[in-house]
Amino acid sequence: MDKFVRLTGIAAPLMRRNIDTDAIIPGKELIKVEKTGYGEGLFGQWRYSDGKRMENPDFVLNRPPYRDAVILLADANFGCGSSREAAVWALAGFGIRCVIAPSFAAIFYNNCFKNGLLPVVLMDTQVHELAGQVVKSHGKGLVTVDLEKCEVIGPEKQVYPFTVNDIYREMLLQGLDPIDATLRYESQIAAFQEKDRVNRPWIYQY
Amino acid sequence: MKKPTTLVDKIWNSHVIMDLGQNTYLIHIDRNFQHELAGATSLNGIDKAGRKIRNVELAFAVMDHVLDTHPGRGDETPIPGGTGFVREFRQRANSHRIRLFDIDDPDQGISHVIAPELGIALPGCTYVCGDSHTCTIGGVGALAFGIGSTDVEHVFATQTIIQTKPKNMRVTFNGKLGKEVFAKDMILYLIAHVSAAGGIEHAVEFAGPVISNLPIDGRLTICNMAVEFSARTGIVAPDDITLEYFNGRPFAPKGEMWEKAAAYWRTLHTDPGAHFDKEVAIDCNDIRPQVTWGTSPEHSVAVDGRVPDPADATDSHSRLTMERAISYIGIEPGTPMEDIKIDAAFIGSCTNARLSDLREAARILKGRKVVPGIRAVCSPGSSETKRRAESEGIDKIFREAGFEWRESGCSMCMSGGAGGEGFSPGQHVLSTTNRNFEDRQGRGVRSHLASPVTVAASAITGHITDPRKLGE
Repeated sequence: MDKFVRLTGIAAPLMRRNIDTDAIIPGKELIKVEKTGYGEGLFGQWRYSDGKRMENPDFVLNRPPYRDAVILLADANFGCGSSREAAVWALAGFGIRCVIAPSFAAIFYNNCFKNGLLPVVLMDTQVHELAGQVVKSHGKGLVTVDLEKCEVIGPEKQVYPFTVNDIYREMLLQGLDPIDATLRYESQIAAFQEKDRVNRPWIYQY
Repeated sequence: MKKPTTLVDKIWNSHVIMDLGQNTYLIHIDRNFQHELAGATSLNGIDKAGRKIRNVELAFAVMDHVLDTHPGRGDETPIPGGTGFVREFRQRANSHRIRLFDIDDPDQGISHVIAPELGIALPGCTYVCGDSHTCTIGGVGALAFGIGSTDVEHVFATQTIIQTKPKNMRVTFNGKLGKEVFAKDMILYLIAHVSAAGGIEHAVEFAGPVISNLPIDGRLTICNMAVEFSARTGIVAPDDITLEYFNGRPFAPKGEMWEKAAAYWRTLHTDPGAHFDKEVAIDCNDIRPQVTWGTSPEHSVAVDGRVPDPADATDSHSRLTMERAISYIGIEPGTPMEDIKIDAAFIGSCTNARLSDLREAARILKGRKVVPGIRAVCSPGSSETKRRAESEGIDKIFREAGFEWRESGCSMCMSGGAGGEGFSPGQHVLSTTNRNFEDRQGRGVRSHLASPVTVAASAITGHITDPRKLGE
């Protein structure tokens, strides 16, 4: 998995609430067994003005400099709806490595860390302040996200601290594979099951 | 004395393998049920990394999302790449010897419908699926989480997940349900009443006298939409109704094992005095049949109500969201909901396509006809539900009314799955599903969510209709 330590770049404001994963990556884009190749379908229904790939010039990610965004600013409950991990793969495929929002839907939030993408929770007013400054600079004011220090630095150099669970933070800082990490606990898992088979045999009856 | 504990905490605590600190735990997963859409990627990931499935006896799989629901279906689906996708999933599931409910299996159906129906999901078990509506399973007293594909791989490889422990919330439904008011109306009312983000970070226990009297089908409907309430999951404490439901189901424990399990299940309830981080009480006497006007499940009003005016919004963000929804749906603020003409009606999905749903809809449809020009489709929640409905003559009532009677699957709940079907741009679709998001049922499609009874009543009048006005 790609590491995430520190990122500086263009931030695109998409300040809507409840941006759902159907909007992030439409259902028809999902018929793939790979985790790559979703970037082009990102925000498909908003980004393209027809069923094909005709760009809608009004959509933020089609406009310079936001075409090169690496950070997305969004409003509350980002990533709600379907559990499709392709929502994260689509963002990553486009080049987005960090989403900053006042809140995230739980499944989307978890999925981010498994794919080298950092979801940052800031207060509602802070996200709107950041978005306001980005817009004021016509997108040229860069945003920095520092996972080691757990802070976001806005275009006008103001600092916004954030918190993130240490397990997830380490996973990103070191680019750890979550499955390999858990396989280290095999003896604990085996011990749990041994006891559980006695207590709840019906779970293991097949 | 033991500290009073919530139902969710009891189940959670009994599955903790390791406390990893900061409210994060390694927890054991008892049941791993995968459908082809999310499962194919996970099995591909497992194979690519050369990993083994740790407890294949605890893994189950089904075809429900991508497959076609037309009668006489096979592997072919109109969705580009769908056929190959279905075949690849089958090949991978079979190569790992996962119990697969394939397209032609008599037990095939929507995963969230067949898992309880077959007795695979059980009270007190931890349950995952690569699908956000996995929370449905909470209706039988399981702790069920929707997860992403990489986490599914994690469960295949380790039989565990790493999760932060959810906060506890309780929603108590008091009072009595009125005429033609069902579980779907209760959950839509709750979401509209509190907000679509009302359950964020919480596991929600649904409780109170109305829940205690609700059959399992209704409990599954309510828990199904816990995710639309942004909850981590939903759950109802197992009780006599639950035990009666499971007794004799194919995969449920039997004999001595049943007695042992049942005794344990009876301990699974919230202790008096247990702490909830959030509590909401709903008076069911206030609930009228619900229908959504906008693009979020929180955009729900009584069917005899009106489309709200964004000018009445409490803050500028809500106003903008409402304006956007109104412009997408194409209805003027203040329009009576019953004035909205519909182009299509869909009865199906993991929300509302169990036998009791089909029975209720059939009660309305019997001897009546869908308005010509309206496309009406019913896809039962499982193949078993379909057979049982047919044995009761329900299929005949649907067909004679003018409904297409389909095979079981996720069908037209989402465009892109559903064998590639979708409704047409601009169409108003009244649907028993759970998501009225923009483009969910097809590009530009305007979805309105309601109960099977309200959908059936509206299909025969051609506009959104209060089912209480139709009579028996």
